[in-house]
Amino acid sequence: MRGKQFLDRLTKRFGDAITGSNLEALDPWIEIAPDSIAEVGRYLKTEPDLRFDMLCDLTVVDYFEPDPKKAAKVSWQPHLEVVYHLWSVPYRVSLVLKVILPRWKDDRPGSLPTVPTVSSVWRTADWHEREAYDLCGVEFAGHPNLRRILCPEDWVGHPLRKDYEMPLEYHGIRNR
Amino acid sequence: MSADLDDPRIIEFDVRTDEMLVNMGPQHPSTHGVLRLVLRTDGEIVSETTPHIGYLHRSAEKIGENLTPRQWIPYTDRMDYLAAMNMNLGWSLTIEKLMKLELPEKAKHLRVIIAEMNRIASHLVGMGAYGLDLGTFSPFLYAFREREKILDLFEEACGARLTYSYLTVGGATADLPKGWLQKCEQFLDQFLPIIDEYHTLLTTNAIFVRRTAGIGVLSPEMAIDYGCTGPVLRGSGVDQDLRRDGEECYTEMYDGYAFEVIVQKNGHYPKDHNYPAVPSSAVLGDCWHRFYVRMLEVMQSIDLVRQAIDRYSVAAGSWGEPVKLTEKLPKGEAYLETECPRGQMGFYVVSDGTSIPWRARARSSSFCNLSVAHELCQGCLIADVPAIVGSLDIVMGEIDR
Repeated sequence: MRGKQFLDRLTKRFGDAITGSNLEALDPWIEIAPDSIAEVGRYLKTEPDLRFDMLCDLTVVDYFEPDPKKAAKVSWQPHLEVVYHLWSVPYRVSLVLKVILPRWKDDRPGSLPTVPTVSSVWRTADWHEREAYDLCGVEFAGHPNLRRILCPEDWVGHPLRKDYEMPLEYHGIRNR
Repeated sequence: MSADLDDPRIIEFDVRTDEMLVNMGPQHPSTHGVLRLVLRTDGEIVSETTPHIGYLHRSAEKIGENLTPRQWIPYTDRMDYLAAMNMNLGWSLTIEKLMKLELPEKAKHLRVIIAEMNRIASHLVGMGAYGLDLGTFSPFLYAFREREKILDLFEEACGARLTYSYLTVGGATADLPKGWLQKCEQFLDQFLPIIDEYHTLLTTNAIFVRRTAGIGVLSPEMAIDYGCTGPVLRGSGVDQDLRRDGEECYTEMYDGYAFEVIVQKNGHYPKDHNYPAVPSSAVLGDCWHRFYVRMLEVMQSIDLVRQAIDRYSVAAGSWGEPVKLTEKLPKGEAYLETECPRGQMGFYVVSDGTSIPWRARARSSSFCNLSVAHELCQGCLIADVPAIVGSLDIVMGEIDR
């Protein structure tokens, strides 16, 4: 099965929850509405002829250009993309899912956007979502243990955001 | 009950154990670097294991957003520093996938030689260090004696012994020096009989078998659910090796090579190697099987290197010139996983059309392999914790990035 067939299948089952796709990309991806991601994931994992039982990677890409000169030239609006790379062990095929989120919840800088967790579908997501929360600043609603994983627990900010600024000082250690 | 109290054989009847938190690491030698485990114990029994990671976090992904792909190669070295060649290869292939770059035959064979030699070196450390975890020192010395020779070969090829930055986007930074292949073959000839020594030292050693067989059993379903890959996944009996099952742009490197995936099928491992039998106490998915898969992969890699040397010496074309340091990347994104010694290492690159990636992401295999540790340590003895964590063969540089 290839990208087109997955898309048809998902559109038939979930309808409006499938909000876009790019089948010409190197790794064809399908865009899912944030609220349905866990449901779609569970469907892809349990359906006997799909069986996407392995979540290879979960990551977040921040689309934001801090430089105002360059920002005028970019073609996209600032947003975050949560990217799910799935792999089916029995059928040896891969699939990419994407969820588009605003950079800040309700456009209030500092309040993190939310997406439902998929850690109940794939347990790999447990640590990966913690990492995404830690480094990229996305909150995963319903995650059992959403704490920072790589940075210290009292770290401020989310380093992989494009507008992140390194704190001047951390517990008396000069950073810049 | 009172009858029991009078029984002189029961001397510990009244001894109570308290629940206790034991901190293991981050400086504990058997935690392989800077891993901190907090164990909740009741007497000798571990009821909960909480890994704390991040002590080696260097924000490599953020650095990757500020460097061109070839400049980032040295940072990939420092992820899995025991298999740096495989890290270089993974990142290079991802960029080549994005650029749709086709490599000459000779470059592919060169990469197979180097990647498989590094796999041998990495598994040797894995084996030696696992012996250390279980309290035996000598296998470590034997393993490092042979690994040293591989490092000497690498030093001759690229000048470095640990962080090579040798394989790069477009091929390799240099061709193999004259006479290198002969030295490599000499090493393999001398190395092959030594593996039997390792088997007597560890694989079939009665103490080793008692310490590992039936300990930390990982079911195939759980392994897949937690995203475990590499020897950890195959040790649980899941037939997956990206050198055979991966994406075209990676598997084409191994096109035409004869090799069988090391996994137990119908109760048997592949038959083409001379290896000791599985002890009766071992259960598929336990520490012993994970170790054993690594040992068999060493033999498999020797075989692959020999085949690659034959092909490399007759292949036409160049060894692959590296691309320009500031080569522009096409707009788009690519994700590729490769089979590294510790599992499937994935790299994800997003490009906006400039020479510097918009996002560089490394998906770590050890990261996923370690996340299953708390399940395996549930209800085991404290002394088994190093045995279980050691059998996952983690490298902290890769977990923390």
